[in-house]
Amino acid sequence: MTRGSAAAAGGAGEEAVRANLLFGPQPDVAKAAGYTDTPPRMGFFTDTSVCIGCKACEVACKEWNSVPEDGLELTGMSYDNTQGLGADTWRHVAFIEQRKPLGGQEPGTGHQDVDVFDAARSLGTSASSPGPGATAPTPGSAPVGAPAGEISPVSPDGRTELRWLMSSDVCKHCTHAACLDVCPTGSLFRTEFGTVVVQEDICNGCGYCVPACPYGVIDQRPHDGRVWKCTLCYDRLGVGMEPACAKSCPTDSIQFGPLDELRERAAARVARLHAAGVTDARLYGENPEDGVGGDGAFFLLLDEPEVYGLPPDPVVTTRDLPSMWRHAAVAAASLAALAAVSFARRPR
Amino acid sequence: MTGSDVTRDGVEEARPEREALTGAHTGRRRRRRGRGERSMVPEARFSSYYGKPILNKPVWKPLDIAGYLYLGGLAGASSLLAAGGQATGRPVLARTAKLGAASAISLSLAALVHDLGRPARFVNMLRVLKPTSPMSVGSWLLAGYAPLTVAAAAADVAGRYRMAGAAATAGAAVVGPAVATYTAVLISDTAVPTWHEGYREMPFVFAGSAASAAAGLGLVGAPAAQAGPARRMAVLGAALELGAFQLMKRRTGLAAEPYEQGRPRTLLRAAEALTAGGAALAALAGRRPGREGRRLPATAGAALLAGSAALRFAVFHAGVVSAEDPKYTVVPQRERLDARGR
Repeated sequence: MTRGSAAAAGGAGEEAVRANLLFGPQPDVAKAAGYTDTPPRMGFFTDTSVCIGCKACEVACKEWNSVPEDGLELTGMSYDNTQGLGADTWRHVAFIEQRKPLGGQEPGTGHQDVDVFDAARSLGTSASSPGPGATAPTPGSAPVGAPAGEISPVSPDGRTELRWLMSSDVCKHCTHAACLDVCPTGSLFRTEFGTVVVQEDICNGCGYCVPACPYGVIDQRPHDGRVWKCTLCYDRLGVGMEPACAKSCPTDSIQFGPLDELRERAAARVARLHAAGVTDARLYGENPEDGVGGDGAFFLLLDEPEVYGLPPDPVVTTRDLPSMWRHAAVAAASLAALAAVSFARRPR
Repeated sequence: MTGSDVTRDGVEEARPEREALTGAHTGRRRRRRGRGERSMVPEARFSSYYGKPILNKPVWKPLDIAGYLYLGGLAGASSLLAAGGQATGRPVLARTAKLGAASAISLSLAALVHDLGRPARFVNMLRVLKPTSPMSVGSWLLAGYAPLTVAAAAADVAGRYRMAGAAATAGAAVVGPAVATYTAVLISDTAVPTWHEGYREMPFVFAGSAASAAAGLGLVGAPAAQAGPARRMAVLGAALELGAFQLMKRRTGLAAEPYEQGRPRTLLRAAEALTAGGAALAALAGRRPGREGRRLPATAGAALLAGSAALRFAVFHAGVVSAEDPKYTVVPQRERLDARGR
């Protein structure tokens, strides 16, 4: 997406704001939702290349929004015990353990040939194993051939064999939000910042938004019946503060700001990563031409979206809604005709 | 390779199912579901996050919402049968259909309220009217339709207020087809692959299923002399239902796969057998009216009612299966992306 096409879309002006309500680019979502004087559209840019998987965002989100505990489970999925977004998980850090091509090499993490009793016996007697009480080896005492200062195991080209991808997932605050479109009560609404929020006192727990979301974000809280999701800290935005997750992120993996600015920053970051040889880097959800009209929260990923549990090409369900209503109308007419035909013969 | 792969199931040498893999050349090893049935489409290779679903699956209770889909169809088509029966001088058929429509729609509202949790929550449905929300449109349809069916049935049973009753019967017949088919839009307007991909045929499947259910009720309740239209409706409805379903399965490809596995498959086979069998029995009952007494049409009617219900549950459960397996979300989207030459 180039700046030029954005300018062209902006040039279409008022018409573009009003049209394409169900699908396609929408330069000003807040205006389309009926706001007159709006701040710039705000959003998240989550740069997963600097995420360290500390989960500060998960904790900060829970703390600020008073999101209840949602099960303390050890999943065995690397360090991910949260599993995915849901009613009580508004930020979710995914951990993906990957082995890049091994090239026939052993990762070198096997310890079958190490006799620990032998090692224990030689404690304190050999230079490479300090005696009890020592917490760090004395400088220069590392065995010959140990990869000093490097992460082991290391392949010949200097890359580690195991890589971790970490990514903090969140509600995408879509330009065309299926959850908002299908909500029968008006409980889900578009804020002046262009984000999507659930009004908890109006939600009646019909659960329609849950299967409507193409990202699997919004969910129903058991024993409550109502649905919950990230509000992009609407309460904090209103007083000029940044959302709790972005505030707590120690590496600025989660960046918050006006969406236009974030897109520029993201494009620059991808260019830098590509120049540095990280060719896997790509943006996800930033394109206003995509199936949901672009996300208010987009990501820099280091692999395909589905590896992170994200849909590769999501489309807002309401794109096909006019066609659905037409098909249903024809079907209803067919049903009426079918009944009429059934009565067409004279009674015996 | 060293045995250092710690997985959910302990330490294993083989790559386990739940391990996240990367790149175009990896795929997930899947357990075969179903019993020895050969899959209709080739085993899909794709990446996923520990095999976890991408979508959040529908939170609707199966009995409530599949029941709601079924009862709405039964009521909508019954209203047509009621109006027809009244117009052509078949009072017992008309009364059966009117009572059926009123009870079915009341039960379906009860099912909806039960799914919501408490009655006051239904009122929130009527705060707004949103054409983008099939559930909002449906709520307003029901708010108009349910009183009409109740009024029509009450006037018929009481034998008074003939004009008002006739008007209510006619009104219900006008709204009825919409009540019977909007539920197809309701479930298609989601990201659930099996539901969404079938959005073109689903309204016709539901219309046919509604007709066969209402015809079944008519066959059970009306004497053979008045059940002629119900018998014809049974045959036509079953043909529409099963034909549209076959078309849907053929057109939607991978998204139709859940219909061929596990519980949806069992339910669908039952639905096909019951609906086709019921329609055949109904046709047979038409050939020799009165010869078998009430037993043949009653059997046909019961089979049609059960067949329609089984179909709704098959559709419901297939949708849930398709939401729970990331394959149905990732594979078509990945193919779409690759086709665009990204």
